[in-house]
Amino acid sequence: MAETTITRDEVAHVAGLAKLAFNDAELDQFTTQLSDILNIFDTLSEVGTDNVDPTYSVTETVNHLRDDVADNWGQKQELLDNAPLAAAGLIKVPAILDGEGE
Amino acid sequence: MGTGNFETTIGLEVHVEMQTNSKLLSPSPVHYGDEPNENTNVIDFGYPGVLPVANKGALEYGMRVALALHATVSPFIRWDRKNYFYPDNPKAYQTTQSQTPIGTNGYLDVTLEDGTVKRVRIKEMHVEEDAGKNTHGSDGYSYVDLNRQGTPLIEIVSEPDIASPEEAYAYLEQLRQAVLFTGVSEAKMQEGQMRADVNISIRPYGSDTFGTKVEMKNINSFNYVRNALIFEEKRQAEVLRAGGEIRQETRRYDEPTKSTILMRVKEGADDYRYFPEPDLSPVVIDQTWIDEVAASLPKSAGDRRNHYVNDLGIEPYDAEVLTQTLAMANFYDDTIAAGADPKRAANYLIGDVNAYMNKHQVELQDTELTPEHLAGMVKLIEDGTISTKQAKQVFEAIMTGEEPETFAKAHGLVQLSDPDVLLAWITEVLDNNPQSIEDFKGGKDRATGYLIGQLMKMSKGQANPSVLNKLLLAELNKR
Repeated sequence: MAETTITRDEVAHVAGLAKLAFNDAELDQFTTQLSDILNIFDTLSEVGTDNVDPTYSVTETVNHLRDDVADNWGQKQELLDNAPLAAAGLIKVPAILDGEGE
Repeated sequence: MGTGNFETTIGLEVHVEMQTNSKLLSPSPVHYGDEPNENTNVIDFGYPGVLPVANKGALEYGMRVALALHATVSPFIRWDRKNYFYPDNPKAYQTTQSQTPIGTNGYLDVTLEDGTVKRVRIKEMHVEEDAGKNTHGSDGYSYVDLNRQGTPLIEIVSEPDIASPEEAYAYLEQLRQAVLFTGVSEAKMQEGQMRADVNISIRPYGSDTFGTKVEMKNINSFNYVRNALIFEEKRQAEVLRAGGEIRQETRRYDEPTKSTILMRVKEGADDYRYFPEPDLSPVVIDQTWIDEVAASLPKSAGDRRNHYVNDLGIEPYDAEVLTQTLAMANFYDDTIAAGADPKRAANYLIGDVNAYMNKHQVELQDTELTPEHLAGMVKLIEDGTISTKQAKQVFEAIMTGEEPETFAKAHGLVQLSDPDVLLAWITEVLDNNPQSIEDFKGGKDRATGYLIGQLMKMSKGQANPSVLNKLLLAELNKR
Protein backbone atom coordinates (compact mmCIF):
# COMPACT_ATOMS: atom_id res chain seq x y z
CA MET A 1 0.00 0.00 0.00
CA ALA A 2 1.42 3.35 -1.08
CA GLU A 3 1.68 5.78 1.77
CA THR A 4 0.08 9.20 1.33
CA THR A 5 2.48 11.92 2.30
CA ILE A 6 1.98 15.59 2.81
CA THR A 7 4.85 18.00 2.30
CA ARG A 8 5.89 20.80 4.57
CA ASP A 9 5.03 23.29 1.78
CA GLU A 10 1.51 21.88 1.52
CA VAL A 11 1.02 22.28 5.24
CA ALA A 12 2.24 25.87 5.02
CA HIS A 13 -0.12 26.49 2.10
CA VAL A 14 -3.15 25.06 3.92
CA ALA A 15 -2.23 27.03 7.03
CA GLY A 16 -2.12 30.18 4.89
CA LEU A 17 -5.59 29.45 3.49
CA ALA A 18 -6.86 29.03 7.04
CA LYS A 19 -5.19 32.34 8.01
CA LEU A 20 -2.94 30.54 10.48
CA ALA A 21 0.76 31.40 11.01
CA PHE A 22 3.08 28.61 12.21
CA ASN A 23 6.74 28.76 13.15
CA ASP A 24 9.24 26.21 11.81
CA ALA A 25 8.91 23.82 14.74
CA GLU A 26 5.11 23.85 14.44
CA LEU A 27 5.29 23.26 10.70
CA ASP A 28 7.47 20.20 11.24
CA GLN A 29 5.18 18.90 13.94
CA PHE A 30 2.00 19.35 11.87
CA THR A 31 3.60 17.83 8.79
CA THR A 32 4.34 14.66 10.75
CA GLN A 33 0.95 14.60 12.44
CA LEU A 34 -1.04 15.24 9.27
CA SER A 35 0.94 12.56 7.43
CA ASP A 36 0.09 10.08 10.19
CA ILE A 37 -3.60 10.97 9.96
CA LEU A 38 -3.62 10.61 6.17
CA ASN A 39 -1.93 7.24 6.53
CA ILE A 40 -4.79 6.02 8.69
CA PHE A 41 -7.22 7.08 5.96
CA ASP A 42 -5.16 5.11 3.48
CA THR A 43 -6.80 2.02 4.98
CA LEU A 44 -9.94 3.10 3.10
CA SER A 45 -8.22 2.82 -0.25
CA GLU A 46 -7.88 -0.90 0.30
CA VAL A 47 -11.59 -1.17 -0.52
CA GLY A 48 -12.36 -1.38 -4.22
CA THR A 49 -14.61 1.57 -5.19
CA ASP A 50 -14.38 1.47 -8.98
CA ASN A 51 -18.11 0.87 -9.40
CA VAL A 52 -19.33 3.04 -6.53
CA ASP A 53 -20.72 6.53 -7.10
CA PRO A 54 -19.36 9.24 -4.87
CA THR A 55 -21.49 9.98 -1.81
CA TYR A 56 -22.42 13.63 -1.63
CA SER A 57 -25.11 13.31 0.97
CA VAL A 58 -25.71 10.71 3.63
CA THR A 59 -29.49 10.95 3.40
CA GLU A 60 -31.47 9.70 0.42
CA THR A 61 -33.52 12.87 0.40
CA VAL A 62 -33.68 14.94 -2.79
CA ASN A 63 -35.59 18.15 -3.56
CA HIS A 64 -36.04 19.17 0.04
CA LEU A 65 -36.83 22.76 -0.88
CA ARG A 66 -38.62 25.75 0.60
CA ASP A 67 -41.21 27.92 -1.18
CA ASP A 68 -40.05 31.47 -1.83
CA VAL A 69 -41.87 33.11 1.05
CA ALA A 70 -40.19 35.81 3.14
CA ASP A 71 -40.27 35.52 6.91
CA ASN A 72 -38.26 37.94 9.03
CA TRP A 73 -37.39 36.20 12.27
CA GLY A 74 -36.64 39.56 13.93
CA GLN A 75 -33.30 38.45 15.33
CA LYS A 76 -31.32 41.58 14.44
CA GLN A 77 -30.77 42.91 17.96
CA GLU A 78 -29.95 39.52 19.50
CA LEU A 79 -27.43 38.85 16.73
CA LEU A 80 -25.79 42.25 17.12
CA ASP A 81 -25.68 41.80 20.91
CA ASN A 82 -23.80 38.58 20.31
CA ALA A 83 -21.25 40.17 17.95
CA PRO A 84 -17.90 41.15 19.52
CA LEU A 85 -18.48 44.78 18.49
CA ALA A 86 -21.41 46.60 16.93
CA ALA A 87 -22.33 50.19 16.21
CA ALA A 88 -25.33 51.86 14.56
CA GLY A 89 -26.85 48.52 13.64
CA LEU A 90 -23.64 47.39 11.95
CA ILE A 91 -21.14 44.73 12.93
CA LYS A 92 -17.84 46.38 13.75
CA VAL A 93 -14.75 44.48 12.59
CA PRO A 94 -11.02 45.26 12.36
CA ALA A 95 -10.34 47.36 9.26
CA ILE A 96 -10.45 45.40 6.01
CA LEU A 97 -8.06 46.32 3.26
CA ASP A 98 -9.59 46.86 -0.15
CA GLY A 99 -9.07 44.05 -2.56
CA GLU A 100 -9.36 41.09 -0.28
CA GLY A 101 -12.35 38.81 -0.33
CA GLU A 102 -14.52 38.05 -3.27
CA MET B 1 -8.77 48.63 -31.49
CA GLY B 2 -5.52 50.52 -31.09
CA THR B 3 -3.42 47.52 -30.15
CA GLY B 4 -1.49 47.12 -33.36
CA ASN B 5 -0.45 43.56 -33.95
CA PHE B 6 -2.33 41.98 -31.07
CA GLU B 7 -5.71 40.41 -30.79
CA THR B 8 -7.77 40.64 -27.63
CA THR B 9 -9.57 37.87 -25.74
CA ILE B 10 -12.15 38.81 -23.13
CA GLY B 11 -14.25 36.63 -20.85
CA LEU B 12 -16.98 37.93 -18.55
CA GLU B 13 -18.52 36.53 -15.40
CA VAL B 14 -21.69 38.40 -14.66
CA HIS B 15 -23.53 38.24 -11.34
CA VAL B 16 -27.17 39.28 -11.23
CA GLU B 17 -29.17 39.54 -8.01
CA MET B 18 -32.55 37.84 -8.19
CA GLN B 19 -35.70 39.62 -7.06
CA THR B 20 -36.92 36.70 -4.98
CA ASN B 21 -38.98 37.33 -1.86
CA SER B 22 -36.54 35.51 0.39
CA LYS B 23 -32.87 34.56 0.45
CA LEU B 24 -31.31 31.47 -1.09
CA LEU B 25 -30.91 29.51 2.16
CA SER B 26 -32.90 31.48 4.70
CA PRO B 27 -36.40 32.97 4.69
CA SER B 28 -35.08 36.48 5.49
CA PRO B 29 -36.57 39.06 3.12
CA VAL B 30 -34.61 40.19 0.07
CA HIS B 31 -35.12 43.92 0.11
CA TYR B 32 -32.80 46.76 -0.84
CA GLY B 33 -32.43 49.91 1.23
CA ASP B 34 -33.64 48.71 4.64
CA GLU B 35 -31.92 49.51 7.94
CA PRO B 36 -28.59 47.66 8.33
CA ASN B 37 -28.92 44.00 9.36
CA GLU B 38 -32.72 44.32 9.49
CA ASN B 39 -33.18 41.35 7.15
CA THR B 40 -30.90 38.87 8.86
CA ASN B 41 -31.27 35.79 11.01
CA VAL B 42 -29.05 33.09 12.49
CA ILE B 43 -28.65 31.42 9.08
CA ASP B 44 -27.43 34.63 7.41
CA PHE B 45 -25.03 35.18 10.31
CA GLY B 46 -23.58 31.71 9.74
CA TYR B 47 -24.41 30.29 13.13
CA PRO B 48 -23.67 26.60 13.62
CA GLY B 49 -26.45 24.04 13.46
CA VAL B 50 -29.00 26.20 11.64
CA LEU B 51 -30.24 23.65 9.06
CA PRO B 52 -30.70 25.82 5.95
CA VAL B 53 -33.21 24.81 3.24
CA ALA B 54 -32.75 26.01 -0.34
CA ASN B 55 -35.28 28.34 -1.97
CA LYS B 56 -37.25 26.64 -4.75
CA GLY B 57 -38.06 30.03 -6.28
CA ALA B 58 -34.37 30.88 -6.65
CA LEU B 59 -33.73 27.58 -8.44
CA GLU B 60 -36.63 28.21 -10.78
CA TYR B 61 -35.35 31.73 -11.50
CA GLY B 62 -31.98 30.16 -12.30
CA MET B 63 -33.75 27.77 -14.67
CA ARG B 64 -35.50 30.72 -16.33
CA VAL B 65 -32.18 32.44 -17.08
CA ALA B 66 -30.69 29.16 -18.32
CA LEU B 67 -33.64 28.67 -20.67
CA ALA B 68 -33.56 32.28 -21.89
CA LEU B 69 -29.87 31.85 -22.75
CA HIS B 70 -30.52 28.59 -24.65
CA ALA B 71 -28.61 26.54 -22.08
CA THR B 72 -29.15 22.95 -21.03
CA VAL B 73 -30.71 22.75 -17.58
CA SER B 74 -28.85 20.25 -15.44
CA PRO B 75 -30.97 17.24 -14.47
CA PHE B 76 -29.11 16.93 -11.15
CA ILE B 77 -27.74 19.62 -8.90
CA ARG B 78 -25.81 19.39 -5.72
CA TRP B 79 -24.40 22.33 -3.88
CA ASP B 80 -20.76 23.07 -3.16
CA ARG B 81 -18.93 25.13 -0.60
CA LYS B 82 -16.41 27.67 -1.85
CA ASN B 83 -14.23 28.52 1.12
CA TYR B 84 -12.74 31.92 1.81
CA PHE B 85 -12.50 34.35 4.70
CA TYR B 86 -14.03 37.79 4.51
CA PRO B 87 -16.24 39.58 7.02
CA ASP B 88 -19.07 40.14 4.53
CA ASN B 89 -19.56 36.36 4.50
CA PRO B 90 -19.64 35.11 8.09
CA LYS B 91 -20.00 31.45 7.11
CA ALA B 92 -16.47 31.61 5.62
CA TYR B 93 -17.80 29.86 2.54
CA GLN B 94 -20.16 30.68 -0.27
CA THR B 95 -22.80 28.13 -1.22
CA THR B 96 -22.56 27.68 -4.99
CA GLN B 97 -22.65 25.01 -7.69
CA SER B 98 -19.16 24.38 -8.96
CA GLN B 99 -19.61 20.82 -10.24
CA THR B 100 -23.26 20.84 -11.30
CA PRO B 101 -24.12 24.27 -12.73
CA ILE B 102 -27.85 24.88 -13.20
CA GLY B 103 -27.23 25.64 -16.89
CA THR B 104 -24.48 24.75 -19.36
CA ASN B 105 -23.69 25.42 -23.02
CA GLY B 106 -25.84 28.45 -23.67
CA TYR B 107 -25.32 31.44 -25.89
CA LEU B 108 -26.34 35.04 -26.46
CA ASP B 109 -26.56 36.50 -29.96
CA VAL B 110 -25.17 40.02 -29.61
CA THR B 111 -25.98 42.68 -32.18
CA LEU B 112 -22.88 44.83 -32.64
CA GLU B 113 -22.81 48.49 -33.59
CA ASP B 114 -22.32 47.75 -37.30
CA GLY B 115 -25.41 45.54 -37.27
CA THR B 116 -23.59 42.22 -37.44
CA VAL B 117 -24.61 39.54 -34.98
CA LYS B 118 -21.99 37.81 -32.90
CA ARG B 119 -22.75 34.68 -30.95
CA VAL B 120 -21.11 34.69 -27.52
CA ARG B 121 -21.13 31.21 -26.01
CA ILE B 122 -22.07 30.89 -22.36
CA LYS B 123 -20.14 28.18 -20.61
CA GLU B 124 -22.23 27.79 -17.50
CA MET B 125 -24.58 29.40 -15.00
CA HIS B 126 -24.64 28.97 -11.24
CA VAL B 127 -27.21 29.77 -8.61
CA GLU B 128 -25.29 31.02 -5.59
CA GLU B 129 -25.31 33.44 -2.66
CA ASP B 130 -24.40 37.11 -2.61
CA ALA B 131 -22.27 38.46 0.25
CA GLY B 132 -23.03 41.30 2.67
CA LYS B 133 -21.66 44.83 2.40
CA ASN B 134 -18.61 46.35 4.07
CA THR B 135 -18.17 50.01 4.77
CA HIS B 136 -14.66 51.13 5.62
CA GLY B 137 -14.51 53.64 8.43
CA SER B 138 -11.73 56.13 9.06
CA ASP B 139 -11.47 54.93 12.66
CA GLY B 140 -9.55 51.72 12.03
CA TYR B 141 -12.71 49.64 11.75
CA SER B 142 -14.86 48.31 8.99
CA TYR B 143 -18.62 48.02 9.33
CA VAL B 144 -20.65 45.07 8.06
CA ASP B 145 -24.28 44.98 6.94
CA LEU B 146 -25.50 41.46 6.22
CA ASN B 147 -28.86 42.39 4.64
CA ARG B 148 -27.54 41.35 1.25
CA GLN B 149 -25.83 38.22 2.58
CA GLY B 150 -27.56 35.19 1.07
CA THR B 151 -29.45 37.06 -1.66
CA PRO B 152 -29.74 34.63 -4.57
CA LEU B 153 -27.46 35.37 -7.51
CA ILE B 154 -27.31 33.94 -10.97
CA GLU B 155 -23.73 33.86 -12.19
CA ILE B 156 -23.35 33.79 -15.97
CA VAL B 157 -19.92 32.73 -17.23
CA SER B 158 -19.11 33.45 -20.87
CA GLU B 159 -16.58 31.64 -23.00
CA PRO B 160 -13.68 33.92 -24.00
CA ASP B 161 -15.48 34.80 -27.25
CA ILE B 162 -15.40 38.55 -26.83
CA ALA B 163 -12.78 40.31 -28.94
CA SER B 164 -12.97 43.99 -28.00
CA PRO B 165 -14.11 46.39 -25.27
CA GLU B 166 -17.00 47.45 -27.55
CA GLU B 167 -18.15 43.85 -27.90
CA ALA B 168 -17.95 43.44 -24.13
CA TYR B 169 -20.16 46.51 -23.71
CA ALA B 170 -22.70 45.25 -26.26
CA TYR B 171 -22.72 41.81 -24.65
CA LEU B 172 -23.36 43.27 -21.19
CA GLU B 173 -26.17 45.52 -22.40
CA GLN B 174 -27.90 42.74 -24.27
CA LEU B 175 -27.33 40.20 -21.52
CA ARG B 176 -28.93 42.65 -19.12
CA GLN B 177 -31.96 42.93 -21.36
CA ALA B 178 -32.21 39.15 -21.76
CA VAL B 179 -32.17 38.72 -17.97
CA LEU B 180 -34.57 41.62 -17.51
CA PHE B 181 -37.11 39.89 -19.73
CA THR B 182 -36.98 36.68 -17.70
CA GLY B 183 -38.51 38.67 -14.85
CA VAL B 184 -35.78 37.35 -12.56
CA SER B 185 -34.17 40.72 -11.81
CA GLU B 186 -34.57 44.39 -12.55
CA ALA B 187 -30.76 44.40 -12.84
CA LYS B 188 -30.54 47.95 -11.48
CA MET B 189 -26.93 48.99 -11.97
CA GLN B 190 -27.08 51.81 -9.41
CA GLU B 191 -28.15 49.32 -6.73
CA GLY B 192 -25.38 46.91 -7.65
CA GLN B 193 -27.85 44.28 -8.84
CA MET B 194 -25.62 43.45 -11.80
CA ARG B 195 -21.83 43.25 -11.54
CA ALA B 196 -19.16 41.93 -13.85
CA ASP B 197 -15.86 40.15 -13.27
CA VAL B 198 -13.72 40.69 -16.31
CA ASN B 199 -10.68 38.87 -17.62
CA ILE B 200 -8.62 40.02 -20.58
CA SER B 201 -5.52 38.83 -22.37
CA ILE B 202 -3.87 39.75 -25.65
CA ARG B 203 -1.71 37.72 -28.01
CA PRO B 204 0.04 38.35 -31.32
CA TYR B 205 -2.24 37.74 -34.31
CA GLY B 206 -1.94 34.17 -35.45
CA SER B 207 -0.66 32.87 -32.14
CA ASP B 208 -2.43 29.67 -31.10
CA THR B 209 -1.99 30.12 -27.36
CA PHE B 210 -3.77 32.68 -25.23
CA GLY B 211 -1.80 35.38 -23.45
CA THR B 212 -1.73 35.64 -19.65
CA LYS B 213 -5.09 36.74 -18.20
CA VAL B 214 -5.52 39.81 -16.06
CA GLU B 215 -8.63 39.92 -13.86
CA MET B 216 -10.82 42.74 -12.63
CA LYS B 217 -13.63 42.05 -10.21
CA ASN B 218 -17.01 43.45 -9.31
CA ILE B 219 -17.36 46.32 -11.79
CA ASN B 220 -20.92 47.63 -11.60
CA SER B 221 -21.02 49.91 -14.64
CA PHE B 222 -20.84 48.85 -18.29
CA ASN B 223 -18.95 52.05 -19.10
CA TYR B 224 -16.34 51.25 -16.47
CA VAL B 225 -15.97 47.76 -17.92
CA ARG B 226 -15.39 49.24 -21.37
CA ASN B 227 -12.93 51.87 -20.11
CA ALA B 228 -11.04 49.33 -18.01
CA LEU B 229 -10.72 47.00 -21.00
CA ILE B 230 -9.59 49.81 -23.32
CA PHE B 231 -6.88 50.73 -20.82
CA GLU B 232 -5.80 47.10 -20.28
CA GLU B 233 -5.56 46.40 -24.01
CA LYS B 234 -3.18 49.31 -24.37
CA ARG B 235 -1.20 48.62 -21.23
CA GLN B 236 -0.64 44.97 -22.06
CA ALA B 237 0.38 45.79 -25.66
CA GLU B 238 2.91 48.34 -24.37
CA VAL B 239 4.38 45.84 -21.93
CA LEU B 240 4.72 43.20 -24.63
CA ARG B 241 6.16 45.62 -27.19
CA ALA B 242 8.78 46.71 -24.67
CA GLY B 243 9.77 43.06 -24.36
CA GLY B 244 8.10 42.60 -20.96
CA GLU B 245 5.84 39.87 -19.69
CA ILE B 246 2.23 40.07 -18.52
CA ARG B 247 1.85 38.81 -14.98
CA GLN B 248 -1.24 36.99 -13.80
CA GLU B 249 -2.72 39.64 -11.58
CA THR B 250 -5.86 41.17 -10.21
CA ARG B 251 -6.33 44.83 -10.99
CA ARG B 252 -9.02 47.34 -10.21
CA TYR B 253 -10.56 50.06 -12.36
CA ASP B 254 -10.02 53.64 -11.22
CA GLU B 255 -12.64 55.93 -12.76
CA PRO B 256 -11.00 59.33 -12.09
CA THR B 257 -7.90 58.34 -14.09
CA LYS B 258 -9.74 55.87 -16.36
CA SER B 259 -6.93 53.44 -15.71
CA THR B 260 -6.46 50.12 -13.95
CA ILE B 261 -4.42 49.73 -10.79
CA LEU B 262 -2.59 46.63 -9.60
CA MET B 263 -4.14 45.03 -6.53
CA ARG B 264 -2.27 41.77 -6.23
CA VAL B 265 -0.15 39.42 -8.27
CA LYS B 266 -1.56 35.92 -8.34
CA GLU B 267 0.77 33.06 -7.61
CA GLY B 268 -0.95 29.95 -8.84
CA ALA B 269 -4.67 29.47 -9.14
CA ASP B 270 -7.06 30.55 -6.40
CA ASP B 271 -7.54 27.76 -3.90
CA TYR B 272 -11.09 27.73 -2.62
CA ARG B 273 -11.07 24.08 -1.47
CA TYR B 274 -14.49 23.38 -2.97
CA PHE B 275 -16.28 20.46 -1.42
CA PRO B 276 -19.82 19.07 -1.54
CA GLU B 277 -22.26 20.86 0.77
CA PRO B 278 -23.47 18.30 3.30
CA ASP B 279 -26.31 20.39 4.77
CA LEU B 280 -28.45 20.70 1.64
CA SER B 281 -30.25 17.98 -0.25
CA PRO B 282 -29.39 17.45 -3.91
CA VAL B 283 -31.96 18.56 -6.46
CA VAL B 284 -33.33 16.44 -9.29
CA ILE B 285 -34.84 18.44 -12.15
CA ASP B 286 -37.07 16.47 -14.52
CA GLN B 287 -38.50 17.57 -17.86
CA THR B 288 -41.94 18.26 -16.38
CA TRP B 289 -40.44 20.81 -14.02
CA ILE B 290 -38.40 22.39 -16.82
CA ASP B 291 -41.55 22.62 -18.98
CA GLU B 292 -43.42 24.32 -16.15
CA VAL B 293 -40.69 26.92 -15.75
CA ALA B 294 -40.46 27.39 -19.54
CA ALA B 295 -44.20 28.10 -19.60
CA SER B 296 -43.76 30.83 -16.97
CA LEU B 297 -40.94 32.52 -18.90
CA PRO B 298 -42.02 35.92 -20.27
CA LYS B 299 -41.61 36.52 -24.01
CA SER B 300 -38.15 37.88 -24.87
CA ALA B 301 -37.50 41.47 -25.88
CA GLY B 302 -36.45 40.38 -29.37
CA ASP B 303 -39.65 38.39 -29.97
CA ARG B 304 -41.71 41.31 -28.77
CA ARG B 305 -39.87 43.78 -31.04
CA ASN B 306 -40.46 41.54 -34.06
CA HIS B 307 -44.15 41.35 -33.21
CA TYR B 308 -44.43 45.13 -32.75
CA VAL B 309 -42.67 45.92 -36.02
CA ASN B 310 -44.06 43.15 -38.23
CA ASP B 311 -47.60 42.78 -36.90
CA LEU B 312 -48.42 46.14 -35.32
CA GLY B 313 -46.60 48.46 -37.73
CA ILE B 314 -44.45 50.09 -35.04
CA GLU B 315 -41.20 51.79 -36.11
CA PRO B 316 -38.10 49.76 -35.14
CA TYR B 317 -36.75 52.60 -33.00
CA ASP B 318 -40.05 52.87 -31.11
CA ALA B 319 -40.12 49.08 -30.62
CA GLU B 320 -36.65 49.41 -29.10
CA VAL B 321 -37.87 52.03 -26.62
CA LEU B 322 -40.94 49.96 -25.70
CA THR B 323 -38.69 47.02 -24.80
CA GLN B 324 -36.25 48.92 -22.59
CA THR B 325 -37.86 47.40 -19.53
CA LEU B 326 -40.09 44.39 -18.97
CA ALA B 327 -42.57 46.61 -17.11
CA MET B 328 -42.92 48.92 -20.14
CA ALA B 329 -43.25 46.06 -22.62
CA ASN B 330 -45.85 44.28 -20.46
CA PHE B 331 -47.73 47.53 -20.04
CA TYR B 332 -47.76 48.09 -23.78
CA ASP B 333 -48.97 44.54 -24.47
CA ASP B 334 -51.75 44.95 -21.90
CA THR B 335 -52.76 48.30 -23.42
CA ILE B 336 -53.07 46.72 -26.86
CA ALA B 337 -54.98 43.78 -25.37
CA ALA B 338 -57.39 46.33 -23.85
CA GLY B 339 -58.20 47.47 -27.39
CA ALA B 340 -55.97 50.52 -27.95
CA ASP B 341 -54.70 51.51 -31.39
CA PRO B 342 -51.07 50.19 -31.34
CA LYS B 343 -49.41 53.25 -32.86
CA ARG B 344 -51.21 55.82 -30.76
CA ALA B 345 -50.66 53.77 -27.59
CA ALA B 346 -46.94 53.46 -28.45
CA ASN B 347 -46.68 57.21 -29.03
CA TYR B 348 -48.24 57.97 -25.65
CA LEU B 349 -45.99 55.53 -23.78
CA ILE B 350 -42.80 56.67 -25.50
CA GLY B 351 -43.69 60.36 -25.36
CA ASP B 352 -46.01 61.56 -22.61
CA VAL B 353 -45.70 58.64 -20.20
CA ASN B 354 -41.89 58.55 -20.37
CA ALA B 355 -41.77 62.33 -19.93
CA TYR B 356 -44.05 62.01 -16.90
CA MET B 357 -41.83 59.31 -15.39
CA ASN B 358 -38.69 61.41 -15.94
CA LYS B 359 -40.30 64.55 -14.56
CA HIS B 360 -41.57 62.83 -11.40
CA GLN B 361 -38.64 60.40 -11.13
CA VAL B 362 -40.91 57.38 -10.83
CA GLU B 363 -41.08 53.95 -12.43
CA LEU B 364 -44.09 53.00 -14.52
CA GLN B 365 -45.35 50.61 -11.86
CA ASP B 366 -45.24 53.41 -9.28
CA THR B 367 -47.71 55.58 -11.21
CA GLU B 368 -51.49 55.27 -11.01
CA LEU B 369 -51.73 54.67 -14.74
CA THR B 370 -53.29 51.39 -15.84
CA PRO B 371 -53.26 49.81 -19.31
CA GLU B 372 -57.07 49.92 -19.30
CA HIS B 373 -57.14 53.67 -18.67
CA LEU B 374 -54.52 54.40 -21.33
CA ALA B 375 -56.43 52.21 -23.78
CA GLY B 376 -59.65 53.98 -22.76
CA MET B 377 -58.18 57.39 -23.53
CA VAL B 378 -56.72 56.23 -26.84
CA LYS B 379 -60.13 54.87 -27.81
CA LEU B 380 -61.80 58.19 -26.94
CA ILE B 381 -59.37 59.93 -29.30
CA GLU B 382 -59.72 57.34 -32.04
CA ASP B 383 -63.53 57.51 -32.12
CA GLY B 384 -63.50 61.32 -32.07
CA THR B 385 -65.08 61.66 -28.61
CA ILE B 386 -62.20 63.88 -27.49
CA SER B 387 -59.67 65.90 -29.47
CA THR B 388 -55.94 65.36 -29.03
CA LYS B 389 -55.92 68.77 -27.38
CA GLN B 390 -58.58 67.70 -24.88
CA ALA B 391 -56.61 64.49 -24.39
CA LYS B 392 -53.86 66.51 -22.68
CA GLN B 393 -56.14 67.11 -19.69
CA VAL B 394 -57.43 63.54 -19.77
CA PHE B 395 -53.83 62.31 -19.78
CA GLU B 396 -53.00 64.26 -16.62
CA ALA B 397 -56.08 62.72 -15.04
CA ILE B 398 -55.37 59.10 -15.95
CA MET B 399 -51.82 59.49 -14.60
CA THR B 400 -53.46 60.07 -11.21
CA GLY B 401 -55.75 57.08 -11.52
CA GLU B 402 -58.92 58.62 -13.01
CA GLU B 403 -61.10 56.69 -15.44
CA PRO B 404 -60.76 58.54 -18.76
CA GLU B 405 -64.37 58.54 -19.99
CA THR B 406 -65.81 59.49 -16.61
CA PHE B 407 -63.24 62.28 -16.27
CA ALA B 408 -63.84 63.61 -19.81
CA LYS B 409 -67.60 63.73 -19.27
CA ALA B 410 -67.35 65.31 -15.84
CA HIS B 411 -65.11 68.06 -17.20
CA GLY B 412 -67.02 68.69 -20.42
CA LEU B 413 -64.10 67.38 -22.44
CA VAL B 414 -66.26 65.82 -25.07
CA GLN B 415 -66.18 66.72 -28.72
CA LEU B 416 -69.51 67.53 -30.31
CA SER B 417 -69.89 65.42 -33.41
CA ASP B 418 -73.69 65.27 -33.58
CA PRO B 419 -74.56 66.61 -37.09
CA ASP B 420 -77.99 67.86 -35.99
CA VAL B 421 -76.50 70.14 -33.33
CA LEU B 422 -73.64 71.25 -35.54
CA LEU B 423 -75.93 71.92 -38.54
CA ALA B 424 -78.18 74.15 -36.46
CA TRP B 425 -75.15 76.27 -35.51
CA ILE B 426 -73.85 76.31 -39.08
CA THR B 427 -77.19 77.56 -40.39
CA GLU B 428 -77.25 80.28 -37.76
CA VAL B 429 -73.68 81.41 -38.48
CA LEU B 430 -74.17 81.39 -42.25
CA ASP B 431 -77.41 83.38 -41.95
CA ASN B 432 -75.58 85.98 -39.88
CA ASN B 433 -72.56 86.21 -42.18
CA PRO B 434 -73.72 86.65 -45.80
CA GLN B 435 -70.44 88.46 -46.61
CA SER B 436 -68.42 85.34 -45.73
CA ILE B 437 -70.53 83.28 -48.10
CA GLU B 438 -69.81 85.81 -50.85
CA ASP B 439 -66.08 85.67 -50.01
CA PHE B 440 -66.11 81.87 -50.13
CA LYS B 441 -67.83 81.89 -53.54
CA GLY B 442 -65.24 84.44 -54.66
CA GLY B 443 -62.47 81.96 -53.81
CA LYS B 444 -61.29 83.38 -50.51
CA ASP B 445 -60.21 80.46 -48.36
CA ARG B 446 -59.91 82.65 -45.32
CA ALA B 447 -63.67 82.91 -45.20
CA THR B 448 -64.09 79.35 -43.95
CA GLY B 449 -61.46 79.95 -41.28
CA TYR B 450 -63.47 82.88 -39.96
CA LEU B 451 -66.69 80.84 -39.98
CA ILE B 452 -65.04 77.89 -38.20
CA GLY B 453 -63.77 80.31 -35.59
CA GLN B 454 -67.30 81.58 -34.99
CA LEU B 455 -68.62 78.02 -34.74
CA MET B 456 -65.93 76.91 -32.30
CA LYS B 457 -66.81 79.89 -30.16
CA MET B 458 -70.49 78.87 -30.20
CA SER B 459 -69.56 75.29 -29.22
CA LYS B 460 -67.20 76.53 -26.48
CA GLY B 461 -64.41 74.68 -28.25
CA GLN B 462 -66.14 71.34 -28.09
CA ALA B 463 -67.09 70.87 -31.75
CA ASN B 464 -65.22 68.10 -33.51
CA PRO B 465 -63.16 70.16 -36.00
CA SER B 466 -63.05 67.62 -38.80
CA VAL B 467 -66.80 66.87 -38.68
CA LEU B 468 -67.52 70.58 -38.43
CA ASN B 469 -65.33 71.39 -41.41
CA LYS B 470 -66.96 68.75 -43.59
CA LEU B 471 -70.49 69.89 -42.72
CA LEU B 472 -69.64 73.57 -43.22
CA LEU B 473 -68.17 73.02 -46.69
CA ALA B 474 -71.24 71.00 -47.71
CA GLU B 475 -73.57 73.77 -46.49
CA LEU B 476 -71.54 76.53 -48.19
CA ASN B 477 -71.66 74.69 -51.47
CA LYS B 478 -75.44 74.38 -51.14
CA ARG B 479 -75.90 78.14 -50.87
